[in-house]
Amino acid sequence: MIRARAARWAFWLGLAAITAVLSLNGKEISQALGWTWATRYPQAWQLNLDRQISAALKWLLEEASLGPFRFRDVTRLISALIEAPYTLLRGLVVEGFAWGQGQQAVPILPPMSWLPVILGAGLLGLRLGGARLAVLAAAAFLYLLLFGLWQSAMVTLVSVAIAVPLGVLGGAALGVAAFRLRWVDRALRPVLDLMQTVPVFAYLVPILILFGFGPVAALVATVIYAMPPMVRITTMGLRSVPDEVVEAGRMAGCTARQLLWKVQLPSARRVMMVGVNQVIMLTLNMVIIASMIGAGGLGYDVLTALRKLDVGRGVEAGFGIVVLAIALDRLSQAAAALGPQEPGDRHWLWRNRGLLAWLAVVVASYPLALIFPALAVYPEGWQLSTGGFWGAVVSWINLNLYDQIEAAKVAALTYVLVPVKTFLLGIPWAWGLVLAAAIAGGIGGWRLGLMALAMTGFIVSAGLWPQAMVTVYLCGVSVVIAMLIGVPIGILAGQNDRAHAAVTVVLDTLQTLPSFVYLIPVVMLFRVGDFSAMIAVVLYAVVPAIRYAAMGIRGVDPQLVEAGIVSGCTRGQLMRKVKLPLAMPSILLGLNQTIMLALSMLVITALVGTRDLGQEVYIALTKANAGKGIVAGLAVAFIAIMSDRIITAAIARRTAARESHA
Amino acid sequence: MRKMLLASVALVLAQAVTVGDLRAEVESPDPIRLTTHDWSGQVISATIMSEVLRKAGYNTELVQADYLAQFAGLKTGDLHLAMEIWATTGTDALEEATATGNVVNFGETGMIAREEWWYPAYMEERCPGLPDWRALLDCGEAFSTVETAPNGRYLGGPVTWGGYDEERVEALGLPFEVVHAGTDAALFAELQAAYERQDPIILWIYEPHWAPAKYAGRFIEFPPYDPACYSDPAWGENPDMAYDCGKPLGPIWKAGWAGLEGKWPGAAKIIRNFSITNDEMGAMVYKADVEGVSIDTVVAEWMAANEATWQAWLN
Repeated sequence: MIRARAARWAFWLGLAAITAVLSLNGKEISQALGWTWATRYPQAWQLNLDRQISAALKWLLEEASLGPFRFRDVTRLISALIEAPYTLLRGLVVEGFAWGQGQQAVPILPPMSWLPVILGAGLLGLRLGGARLAVLAAAAFLYLLLFGLWQSAMVTLVSVAIAVPLGVLGGAALGVAAFRLRWVDRALRPVLDLMQTVPVFAYLVPILILFGFGPVAALVATVIYAMPPMVRITTMGLRSVPDEVVEAGRMAGCTARQLLWKVQLPSARRVMMVGVNQVIMLTLNMVIIASMIGAGGLGYDVLTALRKLDVGRGVEAGFGIVVLAIALDRLSQAAAALGPQEPGDRHWLWRNRGLLAWLAVVVASYPLALIFPALAVYPEGWQLSTGGFWGAVVSWINLNLYDQIEAAKVAALTYVLVPVKTFLLGIPWAWGLVLAAAIAGGIGGWRLGLMALAMTGFIVSAGLWPQAMVTVYLCGVSVVIAMLIGVPIGILAGQNDRAHAAVTVVLDTLQTLPSFVYLIPVVMLFRVGDFSAMIAVVLYAVVPAIRYAAMGIRGVDPQLVEAGIVSGCTRGQLMRKVKLPLAMPSILLGLNQTIMLALSMLVITALVGTRDLGQEVYIALTKANAGKGIVAGLAVAFIAIMSDRIITAAIARRTAARESHA
Repeated sequence: MRKMLLASVALVLAQAVTVGDLRAEVESPDPIRLTTHDWSGQVISATIMSEVLRKAGYNTELVQADYLAQFAGLKTGDLHLAMEIWATTGTDALEEATATGNVVNFGETGMIAREEWWYPAYMEERCPGLPDWRALLDCGEAFSTVETAPNGRYLGGPVTWGGYDEERVEALGLPFEVVHAGTDAALFAELQAAYERQDPIILWIYEPHWAPAKYAGRFIEFPPYDPACYSDPAWGENPDMAYDCGKPLGPIWKAGWAGLEGKWPGAAKIIRNFSITNDEMGAMVYKADVEGVSIDTVVAEWMAANEATWQAWLN
């Protein structure tokens, strides 16, 4: 036992020592040996996969055919199918309906007034969760109205209303298929990993060509990004249905289909609602990127405001996305908690009185809007605005606190960022291959080691080793800082209900506030460069670090805490010996998610000029080089997948060790 | 007859109904799709073009699309017209697209793109001799930051803009380090912050844009660009290296789907006639971006004030 442990230590220490020597002296060693290829991957060895992918895509987009139809015709058909309900909804709340085309068009029905929309949100809240939720939902929409974001918010809402059902239904269908057919499950897993980790920018160009320019392409990209959690959670939910329940269904004589629809899916409903919630959140996360390719809406407002350096307007529109996300999230959570309702014995008219009253208001609102134009278009004079407030805040900080900020930045750069960057960039790629395989193999066994070797090999052979190292450096430093900040806050929030409530609001905001909103002020204060990028990444990636730590501490069995107190633990001992060890799996899961989010921010940090894989993806996008984008996107995905598998293996080992110990 | 406030530019503009002043039957009632990008000047050009085409009876639609990704749509006919392809950043993409035969260059917009190193006026005291580029040779220190000292820090545009600034620094022996901003929003965010503090800054600025109008400052006067400068090392200051000169000026072109001319011949003629000057555009961009006037209002004001100009395009 002790010898095995000593061998482990020797293995890790040796690995670290060799890495240090090679990183610091790699150039000299390789020059002395005449192996210059070992530090700088020769161009002649590159696989040029990007060109092959580009060629394959070109063929797929321009020539591939299914029978008499070109592949593109098929995707265009799908595009038309999605566009029809989108146009309908958009006509209803944004543009109104008209007969004919363009200037010859005769308007038939104006867009719905804001009054019934706000009222509808309130009534829905009332029905799902009572008065508090009603106030919250109505207030969220009122914010959008008062700050003059109504039109944009409705455009975004329509996109959400199309993307979420598509993501939920598609995800649930795939999840069910994966649950029932083993091979689907196997085939789907790597695809889901890629869908979650390849940056959206990497596949935007092919999507634009396949689905046409405009909101539909943005919707498709959104659905691809937002669907994976639904698939995973559906499969998980169906698997977790207790055997007794399924057995009871069988005994009642259910066919396989009946079993699925009447027994398994209803039992998994509660779990599946978590997936719905995730789809909503991720859809709203995509609002900014979607607006870059024609979705319009609040994301477009944020982008245009910040391009004019109108920080105030950017913040207002950004918070528009936040309140919309929070309202939709709380409504969907309430719907999940509600469960199926017993039909009462009263007449259905009475049961649906809220709905009927609302419909009456909708109908009445059209003639009323003709009489009172303020109902149709909320007058500009009544709008609120933070005006120059946020801009003034940034200016004030810029003028008064700049020296302190600069000092902190210089310290961080000299003592942390630059040394780490130099160290990682110093590692020769050839040793990098060995290192990746050794770390993965040492923790997760030889299979994982082989996988890491193959993935790192892909990155190296694409000629992306230096960019990958910059990525690891930027994300690594940010993740460490995010964990150092996040875990203590999470532990605090886990023990104190009031702190928990406050932290939750902040986390929801950080998660849905488009990072672009704070990226520009950050650049103003910290200049273009790695430090600004790091701050943006930490702000975004700290969320799961806090959330999972709090969840872990809250999940500790109170009886165990009680036992600790009885056996005379001090508060510090209670934390160190009882709560923290028990919360550790959850904290590690948080680490995993923090890494994922940090990697997903890379594309955003490319906007402030980092030189990592995110920048490669971004350059490929702006040059419309689909192959290059996909290769760089895959490189990001592989780093994410490797770190995910290694951490999962570490958690599994820990739990196994604990169980054998007990 | 109600005019709706359309906040999003991606909206169909076919709303405000003005039946009655239709000039003539047009070749096709299908909407002509103009692309809009993410900078106000371009949205203004597209909106003016769209308004003028509508006066001629055509239906138009403004579609938001990425500046370079839009060529894929122009080739297939998903999109019909792009109003601003800058010679400085879009030449390669435009040439590639026109070579396929599916995209046509509809001529110059009248605006001339200018890109160059730019510094705020207060730097002239700290670096005597500006705007002549030779002054920079002794001013590395004046423009330096902690990260780059003793060299100056030059904030370049996104990597994708090209511009050969690293080469320029080397060829002219400038004591500067080139740092790239990822987007132009980041570029101007830094300018705004430095300007407020009166801190040293020198960066890539382009015209037409609101920044040179909002902030007092000047472009560096490099040896004027000559095609030979970029291709022939012997040319210019440094006999051994190319790029020892300023950046080229270039026209801003209109480009469109090749089928546009067949489907709406009348519209194609109006599009070719469209012409606007740097000064006019600069004034409109200033109104929209600095004074915060909505683009629709800015365009409406221009249309009212320049009726003779755009009426002439129609004939």
